[in-house]
Amino acid sequence: MEFITQPWPWYVSGTLIGMVIPALLLSGNKAFGISSTLRHICAICIPANIAFFKHDWKSQTWNLFFAIGIILGGFIAVHFLGGQHPVAINPQTTTILKQQGVKDFNGLLPKDIFSFQQLLSLRGFIFIVVGGFLVGFGTRYAGGCTSGHSIMGIASLQWPSLAATCCFMAGGILTTWFILPYLLKL
Amino acid sequence: MRNIKYLITGALFGIVLVKSEVVSWFRIQEMFRFQAFHMYGIIGSAIIVGLISIQIIKRFKIKTIDGEDIVIPEKKFHWGNIYGGLIFGLGWAITGACPGPLFAQVGGGFLIVAVTLVSAIAGTWTYGLIREKLHH
Repeated sequence: MEFITQPWPWYVSGTLIGMVIPALLLSGNKAFGISSTLRHICAICIPANIAFFKHDWKSQTWNLFFAIGIILGGFIAVHFLGGQHPVAINPQTTTILKQQGVKDFNGLLPKDIFSFQQLLSLRGFIFIVVGGFLVGFGTRYAGGCTSGHSIMGIASLQWPSLAATCCFMAGGILTTWFILPYLLKL
Repeated sequence: MRNIKYLITGALFGIVLVKSEVVSWFRIQEMFRFQAFHMYGIIGSAIIVGLISIQIIKRFKIKTIDGEDIVIPEKKFHWGNIYGGLIFGLGWAITGACPGPLFAQVGGGFLIVAVTLVSAIAGTWTYGLIREKLHH
């Protein structure tokens, strides 16, 4: 039980995530990917006569069950498997983040940024709302996210996925180094 | 009921996302600052395991449990891979979460992330709305 409740090492985690690929292919010819669920949710809730949301989402309901499963998994891990605790990140990262204005290091997310109290502050609004919008817009424009492109796409040797992944990383690195310091100070 | 297997696979995936700390904003910060191998190790080993599995499936022509041939959809390059990729990267560094972790965080009790998730849905909706006007 000790092993389960401790944070899992990268090689255990990576191997298990990689095994989702054959699990989905063998159980029903499904290609691993998550961002498409956002498109299906749009089609179900607010199609607004937009052509992009007239796709055959009914044949993709597996994807929604997979997403609901992730929510359940998050609940199980945090409540029964010791998933919520301070994250042992590199002390250098902690030092930089403290200098840039992050205060809470007690959980998976910094509560001084991600909380309902912060939602109405400019900083909170950018991290919670604007960030989410960019994730939803960007992944669909790119045709996939970390799971669909970076893991499934590269594992199936599709070069457009490698190009997309390089852009995910480039966008994230440029933002972290040159934009976040200003956003964290707001 | 045939979708239950995807619910279970999703739950196992969600557990791994939390237990590996992939859902942590701090881990994403560490990754983009090149201050730890953790995230690179996870994504890299997941790719290798996936790649080997797919090669085995192809080499031995393994079929699904229902006896169908396994087909992996081909991804065609378009400029959205570049522009959209950069925009997603920007959002990923800010929220510290890609779509999978957003779902896992909500399940883990970070209810504020439900707002981020709704905003991500709004982002996808906006993409659908202006899709024709964007360069692909």
